[in-house]
Parts: sequence; C-alpha cells; structure tokens
Amino acid sequence: MIAIVDYGVGNLFSLTSSVQSLGAEVCVTSRAGDLRAASHILLPGVGAFADAMAKLTATGLVPVLKEQAQRKPLLGICLGMQLLFAQSYEYGAHAGLGLIPGDVCPLADDLRDPALKVPHIGWNALDIAPGRETDPLFRYVHSGEYVYYVHSYYAKHCAASTLATSDYSIPVTGAVRNGFVYGTQFHPEKSGDTGLRLLKAFLEL
Amino acid sequence: MITKRIIPCLDVKDGRVVKGVNFAGLQDMADPVEMARYYNAAGADELVFYDITASVEGRALFTDILRRVASEIFIPLTVGGGIRTLEDFDRVLKCGADKVSVNSGAIANPAIIPAAAQRYGDQCVVLSADIKRVDGKFMLFAKGGRENTGIDALDWLEQGVRNGAGELVVNSIDTDGVKGGFDLELLDAVAKRCAVPIIASGGAGKPEDFLTLFRGYPAVDAGLAASIFHTKQVGIRDLKRYLRQNGVEMRL
Repeated sequence: MIAIVDYGVGNLFSLTSSVQSLGAEVCVTSRAGDLRAASHILLPGVGAFADAMAKLTATGLVPVLKEQAQRKPLLGICLGMQLLFAQSYEYGAHAGLGLIPGDVCPLADDLRDPALKVPHIGWNALDIAPGRETDPLFRYVHSGEYVYYVHSYYAKHCAASTLATSDYSIPVTGAVRNGFVYGTQFHPEKSGDTGLRLLKAFLEL
Repeated sequence: MITKRIIPCLDVKDGRVVKGVNFAGLQDMADPVEMARYYNAAGADELVFYDITASVEGRALFTDILRRVASEIFIPLTVGGGIRTLEDFDRVLKCGADKVSVNSGAIANPAIIPAAAQRYGDQCVVLSADIKRVDGKFMLFAKGGRENTGIDALDWLEQGVRNGAGELVVNSIDTDGVKGGFDLELLDAVAKRCAVPIIASGGAGKPEDFLTLFRGYPAVDAGLAASIFHTKQVGIRDLKRYLRQNGVEMRL
C-alpha cells in the first residue's frame, strides 16, 4: 500500500489517480499508523513553505516521517521535495524536515537570463547528473525527457544529493536522493508518460 | 531549456466539445474525454477546458467529465468558464484541475484574483481576457466577447498580474476564428507590460502562424487553439516536429 500524506496542502486528485493508474493501492492519509504500514510514502505539496511546514507539524506526522524515511522509500514532490531540506528562505528562514542537506532559495535571485520568468512554469528537459543514470529512479526514464515544473524556489547547496537538474539559465535542481529519501521538484503526476514511468520506478524500489 | 507549449482548448457545452467561429455559430465536435485522450497521445503540453454551459445540469456534467479526464490524463489541466467565487475554484480543483481560468468572473468581481492567489497560489490563477480593438485601443470585452466593458485591456491585465494572476490567456476577438495568424500586435503590447507566462489565443490557422509567434515574440510562452486541432487541420505532433525543426524548443 502506498501512503500519500494528506496535511491539507494542495490537490491530491491527480497524484492519487496517477498512482492508481499504475495498479497500486493508495491510501490518502494523515494517520501515523498508515505511514508505518505503507510500503512507500509520497509527500506532495503546493503553496508556501512556512505554511506547509506548519500544517505538516500540526498533523504530528513529522517525527513519524523522519523515522519512516530511514526504513522505506519516501518521495517528496514539488513543495513536498523542498520540505525534505534543512531549511528554506521563502519569506524568511524556516526549518524543514532536514532529511536532505541543502537550502531552498528564490530562483529569481540566481537566474542568469533576466528575460526568463518566475515562476518557472512548463516542460523542461531532465539532465541526469553524471554517474546517476543507473539510479533505480531512472530505470524507465532517460536524460533529455521532459517533465513539468511549477515553482519559484529551488534547492541549492545539495550537489551530493542531486540526481538530475533542468536548465533554466542555471541548472535547477530537479531530482534529489539521500538514502531512501527521494524528491522531485517537477510533478511526475503531471509529466505525462515520462512522469508515470518515473513513479513506476519509485514504486518498484 | 523550457519548451514553448501547444495547448488545445476544449469548449464544453452539455457534455460535448463545441467551438465557435468569432464566438457565434457553435458546432458540435466530439466527446471531451475521448478528445483529451487523443490530445494526450498526440503530445499536447496542456489542456484547457472551458465550461460554456449555463445550466446547473450542464455544470454537474462538466465536473463529471473533468474528473474522468483528470483520472486518466496526467498533463496539466486548466479549467475555465463560470468561475466567479472561491467555491467555484474549489469545485474544479477537487475534480483534478491544476489551474483555474477566470474571465467574466474577474470583471464582475476583481477581488476574486487576489483571494484565489492567496488561497491556491499565483500559479493556480489564470487570467483570461477577450480583447478587441475599438478606435485603435485594446478594450476588454465581457460576456463571451459580446460586450465592451469600457476597460483598457492592457491596464486590466497589468493590474491582474499585480493582484496575483500567475498566467495570462490573451484572446484576440479580432483574429479569433479567422485563421489568419495570432494577434501579434496585441501579444507584443501585453508582453511589454506583464512578466508572467502569456498564452496566445485566437487566430492560428496553420503551423507557420505558431512559428511566427514563437520566433518573433519570445516573451510568449504558449499557443492555444481549438478548431484547427479538433478538425485535425493541424496535427499536434506534426506541428511540434515542424517547430522543433525550425529551432523552437518543443517537447516531443
């Protein structure tokens, strides 16, 4: 059973449907017992970092997520990926789950091409980091395939955990991994067939 | 790099896809769920669904269709038509929409834009505007393009972005349905004043129209069309191949 963490942030319809379309049993939940019983955990999220972290904390699931992240595959998606990091600088400094070393910073401060827009919205090609092509997350996905992004902040200072980036005048962190903990800044549940293949590989971990 | 996007637009009335020419003379085209499948397989980058039904039954039928599409098509879905309140946002987001497009609802109540942006994030709020030249000025039209609001369209869009609209659909009434190309003059004027992604709508008749748009106006992010895709006059995959061969970044 796949647990999708429900902490009142964002729309879980597409994520639930995409996992179901792969034939997996899904449980959308805010209960610790479900996270412990699950084979895999998906941590979604849209919106602002501080608000999402406060809501996640309010569910009481933070210690459970930290404990389960040592035991089974966890995938944070979009803001859910950002929450995995040590801290974010979205409207002030806020602590995250600290499961992956690194910081979440405003994209606008770092872009080299001033004509590029923020948020970074749309389809961008995935550049898998050298040596990471064999990561099981990419079992069915190759460098150069397109994935769908919607975000204004991005993870940096996380080279050791970076699996893939996408070029937006700078390499934008696209996928990360630290042990069992995975994250994608893009939305696999909105990235068409490529996204489904990436989710399938994650569910096979 | 990020790609330009090709977006088919499905106007849904009483459970069927329809598309007008210059907003009049609606013609039945096909089943929305089937069309969504077809477009997903053909490589569409996103789908826009407009609910152009007025009745309560039509609205329920629409959300049912949306739910069916969103449970099997995993690309971004934008939904518009009859969006007036935060409850309307909620209703379509729960059925699987990723972005919600407001048009007349924002004209009637501009406060819907900041309220929705605050609740769902800027990226969720798409401001769609029907624009027509009147005495040499771009004016904002309401009621499906039938009524001049007397509002300057460029001021309106700029204000909408300031209030939290994360994306703009710029629909030119002057070029809509004419198939003579996008309204480049209007799009250029909008791009000079608004820094959010811009979706060009109205006027595409052939692949060259998209190439002219993306080559000449790099600030435009996406091209939207309906009938030329529905009738297969222009195939999505052929169009995207053609654009990529001509140097436009495309997802294939």
